[in-house]
This record gives sequence, structure tokens and C-alpha cells, in this order.
Amino acid sequence: MAINWFKYSSPASFYVLAGRMIPWFSIAAIVLCAIGLYIGFFVAPTDFQQGEAYRIIFVHVPAAWMSMFLYVVMAMWSGIGLAFNTRLSSMVATAIAPTGAMFTFLALWTGALWGKPMWGAWWVWDARLTSELILLFLYIGFMSLQAAIDDPRRADKAGAMIALVGVINVPIIYFSVKWWNTLHQGATVSLTQSPKMATTMLTGMLIMSLACWAYAIAVVLMRTRAIILERERHTAWVGALPEVAR
Amino acid sequence: MNWDSLSHFLDMGGYGLYVWGSYAVTLVCIVGEVIALSSRKRTLLRHLSLSHESTTTTQEKKNEATS
Repeated sequence: MAINWFKYSSPASFYVLAGRMIPWFSIAAIVLCAIGLYIGFFVAPTDFQQGEAYRIIFVHVPAAWMSMFLYVVMAMWSGIGLAFNTRLSSMVATAIAPTGAMFTFLALWTGALWGKPMWGAWWVWDARLTSELILLFLYIGFMSLQAAIDDPRRADKAGAMIALVGVINVPIIYFSVKWWNTLHQGATVSLTQSPKMATTMLTGMLIMSLACWAYAIAVVLMRTRAIILERERHTAWVGALPEVAR
Repeated sequence: MNWDSLSHFLDMGGYGLYVWGSYAVTLVCIVGEVIALSSRKRTLLRHLSLSHESTTTTQEKKNEATS
């Protein structure tokens, strides 16, 4: 039997599916966050160079990873929405932007609080920091442009242009520590080399990253559902929803 | 175990301000986002049920008037 892959590309059926998925991802986020923080604060040892200040890593690195990853996913859904004219893809892209911007802000904020004791400065115009700041501006630009256009389908298309052009910034952020030899340290974890850190520190960081993933999925699904309701508010299926028709 | 007392834990080897400043702002952002989203959903559903209710009641009134 052939699976109908397009069933959930309809906002009406995706609304129901997303509603069923949200509790699972929320629970996963809470459980993973509890385990990750326990490992981060009680199992992982004190760093021999940075003392306890390094414990910022358990929120800084996951936030920075999510900021880049969510941008790529946002650009991907924007591009699919633009190419195939699928409404739901563009709605998901719109739903990702605020969460991506939040993680970008958190990466910069925790980075500043880590930079002050270790480098002696809250902020430097280092290549990594600057390109991450540009990422924040790209998210803000995407959201303001979409907010400024009344027709949602035109807003989707205009936003997709920013998202797709801006995606070039993501590899720049990723490789910035290699291309420019400035203050921010190089990658501690990479796909080609074994990690340069203690196993418990690495485990804590990876579990916190999984928690951020689960959180981001839950929140993006919640926001997508709100956007679906807003855009489809005049349709019969919205009127027939048990939470609407009371 | 890394900490022998709560004050030790809160002090974070002298980096308490930086470590807890990072985690506190992260917590505020996450809680804020979840609260904002659930209130958005609640107002949305309230408006939707009002508007769909009003369309059905006007429809019923029309039906009454014509019959």
C-alpha cells in the first residue's frame, strides 16, 4: 500500500498531527534538560584552566548550534514553500524564526558572560561573534519583513528571499574560527576528529543539545498551530474543531 | 560530587554571576516564549469560538426570519 506523503502537507491534518506530537517533545525536552543539567553541574569535573566558569558551555554551545541549525531549517522550508507553493512549508518557516532568534540571542548573551571572565571583554569584533550577530539581524529582518506585509502569501515569498540569501552566513559562522585567527576558540567537537574535552563534559553538552532540539520542535509546532488557526480562521474545518465549536 | 555546600554551589568558584547570569536569562527566555505562545493560543481560540458562534447565530436568525 502506498503511503500518502502529502496527507500532512495540508494545514488541517497537520494541525491535528502537531497537536499530538507537542506533549511528547515537551516531555522529552524536560527530561533531557534535567539529565543534562545534572551531568553538567554534578558529574562533570571542574575545568583545570577555566575553573567553574566553563559550565556556561552547557547552555552556550547548544544555543549556538540551534541558532545555526534552525536558520538552515527555516531557509529550507522557505525554499520549499517558494518552489512548490506549499502554504504549510512557509508557515513552518515563519514559526521557526522567533525561536531561532531567541537561541541566537542566548548564544550571544551567554558568550558575553563567558567572554568577560575569560577574555576580559563582554564583546570583541571577532569573526565568530560578528557573524553570529549578523545571524541575529537576519532573523530580525525576516520577522520584520514578514510583519510589514499584509498579504501572508506575499510575506512568505519576501521572507523566503531573505532566508535563502542569508543562509550563506551559516557556513561563514561555522568556519569563521578556521578562516580568521581571532579570539574565539576553534571547534572542540567536530565530525572528523575525536573531541578535545572530558567525556562527562561532552555527554552533558550533547544531552543539553538534544533537550534544545526537543524544546525547539515543541515550540515551533505550537507556533505553527497558532499560525494555521490565524490564517485559516474563516474555514469550515476550523469552525468544526472541538476547541473552537463549543 | 563537586560541591560540599549550597553556598559553594552558588558561588561557582567565584564565577557565580557569569554562570547564573547565563542560566537565568536562558530560563527567562524559555519560560517567556512558552507563556507568550500559550496566551496567544488562548486568545486566538476565544476569538475563533466567538466569531464562529456569531456566524452560526446570525445564520439561525436569518433562517428564523425567512421561515
